Amino acid sequence: MPVQVKLPTILRKHAGGEPRVDAEGATLRELLSDLETRYPGITKNVVTDDGGLHRFVNVYVNDEDVRYLGSLETAVREGDTVSILPAVAGG
Amino acid sequence: MRYDDVLDAIGNTPIVGMPRMSPKAGVRLWAKLEGQNPTGSTKDRIAKAMVEAAEASGELTKDKTILEPTSGNTGIALAMVARRKGYKLTVVIPDNASEERIRLLELFGAEIVFSPGDKGTNGSIDVARRLARDDRYYMPFQYGNPANPLAHETGTGEEIVRDLPEVTHFVAGLGTGGTLTGVGRRLHRHDPEVKVIAAEPELGDLVYGLRSLDEGFVPPILDESVLDRKFLVNASDSLRATRELTEKEAIFAGISSGAVIHVAQRIAAELEQAEIVCLLPDGGWKYLSTQAWAPELERAEKGVGESLWW
Repeated sequence: MPVQVKLPTILRKHAGGEPRVDAEGATLRELLSDLETRYPGITKNVVTDDGGLHRFVNVYVNDEDVRYLGSLETAVREGDTVSILPAVAGG
Repeated sequence: MRYDDVLDAIGNTPIVGMPRMSPKAGVRLWAKLEGQNPTGSTKDRIAKAMVEAAEASGELTKDKTILEPTSGNTGIALAMVARRKGYKLTVVIPDNASEERIRLLELFGAEIVFSPGDKGTNGSIDVARRLARDDRYYMPFQYGNPANPLAHETGTGEEIVRDLPEVTHFVAGLGTGGTLTGVGRRLHRHDPEVKVIAAEPELGDLVYGLRSLDEGFVPPILDESVLDRKFLVNASDSLRATRELTEKEAIFAGISSGAVIHVAQRIAAELEQAEIVCLLPDGGWKYLSTQAWAPELERAEKGVGESLWW
């Protein structure tokens, strides 16, 4: 059950330059782990060594920030879109 | 309303109904029109608050130059406050900021330092931090200054409680986190059940491009415990909602207001009964040169896509 993952420019080098890749999993954690298996190094700056979400990275499922959902345990379903982006400021 | 000083005319902005923007009759959308402030944005509130807090603490004295990184609105507001109070101001702003922003900064006498546009406001922060090592500068630093959320707690939030005590949801853009943190705190004191929701821009590959993920920036004043949800909104959806607002409600607001409206509409679709306050940070004036209201949507999208709209 593929979920589409939108990659920021900086991570595309791990995936042969592709801006979007498919991944499988029932939760965000499973999805990222599937990505890491196929593209080693791609989640190094997304997931911390102790298995949390990196402070300066935002991950969204269908444009909603997972920090306010279930973080890495957020459920994902076929057809969902996951976006990974660095946190930015405004003002 | 009569004031002796332009600085006293900051705040007390109107809340206006937007019945034609709501997908459901039971869900009412309200616009807090921050474009009604003297320089046309909500940033007048924090510019005044940060400068007066620094005067009171003794950090800001007449021999110092105020220095601030900004995507525009805070710089313009500080330039007005600095001119009125007799300080010099240097702003660091991305070099893709709109023509109107530069002209407004200049007319209030600000000195402008440009940072690379492809690094966005994060790039301006880096440059300003380096300049601030020189102690002839005083840097209010809106991203870390408690006077920023406090101005929204005692001002913006207080006004919402006063004018719309039945509020159930509050939606605002996340730039420094000051609005969401301050208003959120005040609304939660009024009613702990009020939901506080953030809209965040998807800025496109140009801004994110060269940055590694650990170069991201989370403003120190953002109190994440105040937030219930956060949504990403791209330039195209923001623009669409900004244009819809002009067409349906005859409200002329900036592009980031469209992002806030887009999120409010998404939330509204999940609810049956609600009173949703949308904070519209500025008017549309500063974005006219981006072609945001061009009759052809394609030209508008191209213009906004190439500009700094957050």
